[in-house]
Amino acid sequence: MSAPAAAPSRGADPGLRHRLAERGVDARLLLLVPGMVFVVGLFVYPFCYGLGLSFQPAKGGGPFADYQRFFSDAYQRDTIGKTLRLAVPAALLNVLASVPIAYRMRGRFRGKRLLTTALVVPITLGTVLTAEGLLTFLGPRGWLNRALTGLGIVDEPVTLIQNYWGVFFSIVISGFPFAFLLILSYLSGIDPSLERAAATLGAGWWQRFRRITLPLLAPGLATTFCLTFVLAFSVFPSAYLVGDPTGETRVISIAAYEAAYQQYDYAFGSTIAVIMGAIELAVIGLVLAWRSRFYAGTTGGKGS
Amino acid sequence: MTTTVPAPAGAPATGDAPRPARRIVATPGAWLVWGGVTLFLLLLLGVVGSVLVNSFGTRWFDTWLPAGWTTGWYTQAWDDFDLLPVIVTTLEVAASVVALSVAVGVPASYVLARRAFPGKRVVYLLFLLPIMMPPITYGIPLATVLYKVGLAGHVSGVVLANLVPCVPFVVLTMTPFIEQIDPAIEQAARMSGARTWAVFTRILAPLLLPGILASSILVLVRTVGMFELTFLTAGPDSTTLVVALFNAMNAAGIRAQQSVDAMAVLYMGVMLVLLVVALRFVNPTQLVSQVKEEQTR
Repeated sequence: MSAPAAAPSRGADPGLRHRLAERGVDARLLLLVPGMVFVVGLFVYPFCYGLGLSFQPAKGGGPFADYQRFFSDAYQRDTIGKTLRLAVPAALLNVLASVPIAYRMRGRFRGKRLLTTALVVPITLGTVLTAEGLLTFLGPRGWLNRALTGLGIVDEPVTLIQNYWGVFFSIVISGFPFAFLLILSYLSGIDPSLERAAATLGAGWWQRFRRITLPLLAPGLATTFCLTFVLAFSVFPSAYLVGDPTGETRVISIAAYEAAYQQYDYAFGSTIAVIMGAIELAVIGLVLAWRSRFYAGTTGGKGS
Repeated sequence: MTTTVPAPAGAPATGDAPRPARRIVATPGAWLVWGGVTLFLLLLLGVVGSVLVNSFGTRWFDTWLPAGWTTGWYTQAWDDFDLLPVIVTTLEVAASVVALSVAVGVPASYVLARRAFPGKRVVYLLFLLPIMMPPITYGIPLATVLYKVGLAGHVSGVVLANLVPCVPFVVLTMTPFIEQIDPAIEQAARMSGARTWAVFTRILAPLLLPGILASSILVLVRTVGMFELTFLTAGPDSTTLVVALFNAMNAAGIRAQQSVDAMAVLYMGVMLVLLVVALRFVNPTQLVSQVKEEQTR
């Protein structure tokens, strides 16, 4: 692939240029420069700046004063647990529910395009509209509670908003279609003849799924989980609007926002942002470590 | 997927078995799956329907449907929230983000797709990180830096902040797309004396057009829907539709809820138009398996 690039014989000093070109370094790598400038200037630099800021507490003290402040204050510390209690089950549900549905829907059937379109719609809704809809739909006078009380399933309206469940539903609505689409495309990427070969050898559907499809799908599952987890982990608008932003759903992003934009303590805000990033990367690292124990070849070719 | 498999028309899960006459009674597994889909769609319908009905209703309290119907909330929302400039800003931001991220991302993904060079994994990781991190984590330091430089609070700051996840997104979607284009075509062009620029404009650009369209539409949808980064960097004259919606909802009590709902419906309308356009170009299930599709065709 890089064969034509290995011989740029124009210009002086053929020695050094030639040796660099042999290792794949030549003028065409300059195309990478604008992209790298953007990533370094707008992502790496601000992140390092924030990291530096987090070691310079506004209220004095040692470089770790803000970290100590976060972990010694239960009101701040508990945000980690609250976020994980929301994000992990929601992301797991999104991924695990997508697998059987996508498994059924991976072939062709009438109305597939319509159904996938219906499932894509929530991506366009955005968290704010979802929040507004959930407030009306699940509220004490909403359609759901009217139906439940009307059918005699419950006597009192169920409280599903301004608490954990409202945020949970909001994550499922925005995260499930995303997970489903990804898993559907990973599943369609697995060569169906593999499963048919297993079927000729007498494997039942469970064996086919367990021994053929699942191992090939595992890398895709890990990627999907990571991406849905990022979505769920950064719930901000819905935790604010549908949740209980001072109690049950005071997630870590709310803590970071409040510190930076309501108390104007950018150092503390950056500290919380750094902690948040560290936790998120830890979870993703765990998932990817689990994934690397699986087959990573190219038969499916997907999910790598 | 389209051509390799003789498509089993009705039974996707057991495409190999000779199908008996159409079964009416489905297996428990099928019931569970379709039950789950139905529940989800019902939840979705309830959420969207509530907003839609509320935005057209006059007075809605403790009944199934509002007492009467009106379109007054829309004109009120349009005037109250000053929506025209907001929509113009939204489109301005989205268009600039799309143009810039394509211009910056496509050359980078070309290098990543075609070349092996020292440090490639590091570069790849650098492009992956902004997508893998929650926007708030880098949004707060980024906004701090942008405020210090004096860019935040203006459209330019909002555009810059939105580029952070969008450039990597273009890179990551375009890299597999470029990989599946036969390098022999480029080599032939080079043999015929074309320079890199000519190869790009005369050979690659026409071949890449579908991929570029697909990823720019996805970036467009992402940017219009991106709340956190815009929220952290926008000033009074650079709020986009989502942020305006959040602010309106957050200040509930001042405005009628129906008016906020009307605005939400307008937002949904903008997004739906974008989605319909997007689906004309992109089949959502093929975002990942695009490579294979192209090869088997």
